[in-house]
Amino acid sequence: MANAKEIKTVLFGPVFANNPIALQVLGICSALAVTTKMDTALVMCFALTFVVAFSNLFISMIRNHIPSSVRIIVQMTIIASLVIVVDQFLKAFAYDLAKQLSVFVGLIITNCIVMGRAEAYAMKSSPGMSFLDGIGNGLGYSVVLLVVAFIRELGGSGSLFGVQIMPLLSEGGWYQPMGFLLIAPSAFIIIGLFIWVLRAYRPEQVEKA
Amino acid sequence: MEHYLSLFVRAVFIENLALSFFLGMCTFIAVSQKIKTAFGLGVAVIVVLGISVPVNNLVFNLLLAPGALDWAGFPEADLSFLGFLTYIGVIAALVQILEMTLDKFFPALYNALGIFLPLITVNCAIFGAVAFMVERDYNFGESVVFGLGSGVGWALAITLLAGIREKLKYADIPAGLRGLGSTFLVVGLMGLGFMSFSGVSL
Repeated sequence: MANAKEIKTVLFGPVFANNPIALQVLGICSALAVTTKMDTALVMCFALTFVVAFSNLFISMIRNHIPSSVRIIVQMTIIASLVIVVDQFLKAFAYDLAKQLSVFVGLIITNCIVMGRAEAYAMKSSPGMSFLDGIGNGLGYSVVLLVVAFIRELGGSGSLFGVQIMPLLSEGGWYQPMGFLLIAPSAFIIIGLFIWVLRAYRPEQVEKA
Repeated sequence: MEHYLSLFVRAVFIENLALSFFLGMCTFIAVSQKIKTAFGLGVAVIVVLGISVPVNNLVFNLLLAPGALDWAGFPEADLSFLGFLTYIGVIAALVQILEMTLDKFFPALYNALGIFLPLITVNCAIFGAVAFMVERDYNFGESVVFGLGSGVGWALAITLLAGIREKLKYADIPAGLRGLGSTFLVVGLMGLGFMSFSGVSL
C-alpha cells in the first residue's frame, strides 16, 4: 500500500487538478441530460462512482490474468454487469427516479470515464489504489454534475431537491423562473463557462492557440 | 408512410441525439476539428446505427422480452435484465463484422471509414439509440427508420459543428475559453438553433 500523500493525490487529484469532465473531455455523454434536477443528478453521481470504483477494483484484481488481445471485451463485460446491478437496484428501490433517469443509467456502460480509468489506471495498478482512483474520478464527475444541476434547478424552477426555495411568480411568489435553464442547450453553456472559470484559476490548463 | 416520415424528421431534428440528449459527446467534441473527418465519422455512425438498432430490435423481441422464448419452450422466461450486456455485445460484434466485410469487399469505403469504425463501438450515441428504441417499444419498421434518422441527425450536427470550428480558428478568443470552452458554448448555441424545430407540428 502506498503512502498517505500518494493516496491523497489519487483520491483528490481528479476533483480539480485533473477533472475528468473539464480537462479530459470524458464522460459528458450521459452526464448532462440528468442535470435539470438535483435528485436525479445525485443518484447518477452515486451510480457512476459505484460503477467506476468497483470496475476498477475488479479489473485490477484480475489484471494479470487478462490476455491483452481480449481485454476490452473483458472490461466491457465487468462494467456492463455492474451497471445491470445498479439498474436493477434502482428499479427495485427507487422506481420513480429510475423512470426519470430512463436510459441514462444504462449509458454508464459507454461512459468514457469508466472505460478510460479501467484502461489507463486499473490495468497497471494494485486493487486498493485502483479503487481509490475510481472513487476520486467519480467525485470529480460528481462535482461538475452537481454544480450544473444546482444552477439549473435553482434558476430554472426555483427549488433544490424538489423543495421550493424561491416562491414562483405563478404561485403568488416573486421569482420569475428562467425557462432557458431547463432546456438542453443551457447545460452546454454552463459547462463552457465552468471550464472558463476553472482555467482562469489554473492557467496551465489553457490550450495553445 | 406518414408515420414513418414524421418519425424520421423527429429523429433528425427535434430529438437530435447530440444536441438534445448529449449522446456521443466525447467523439462529437474530439473529432469535430475538420469538416472532412467529421463527415467521415458521421457517415460511419449512420451506417452503424442503421444496422445495429434494427438488429438489437430483433434480438430484444425474439430473445429477451418477457415471453419471447415461447418458441423454445420457456414461455415464462424474462431475460430483459440481460439487456445492457447483450446490446453492447451485439454492437461490438456488428462493428467488427462490418469492418471485416468492408475491408474484404469495399476497400475504398474501408479506407475512408476505417479509422473511425473501432471508435464507434464505445460511442454513446449508438448505445443510447438502442436503449431508446427498447424503451419506446418501436417495432421493426420503426426501428429501421429511427436508427437511420438519428444517425443522419448526429452526422448533420457534427458536420455543422466542424464547419463552425474551422471558421472559429481565426477568432481571437480569451485564453481560458480557447479550445474546449468555446466549443461548448458553440454547441449550446447550435442546440438553441435546433430547438426552433420543435415548433414544427408533425
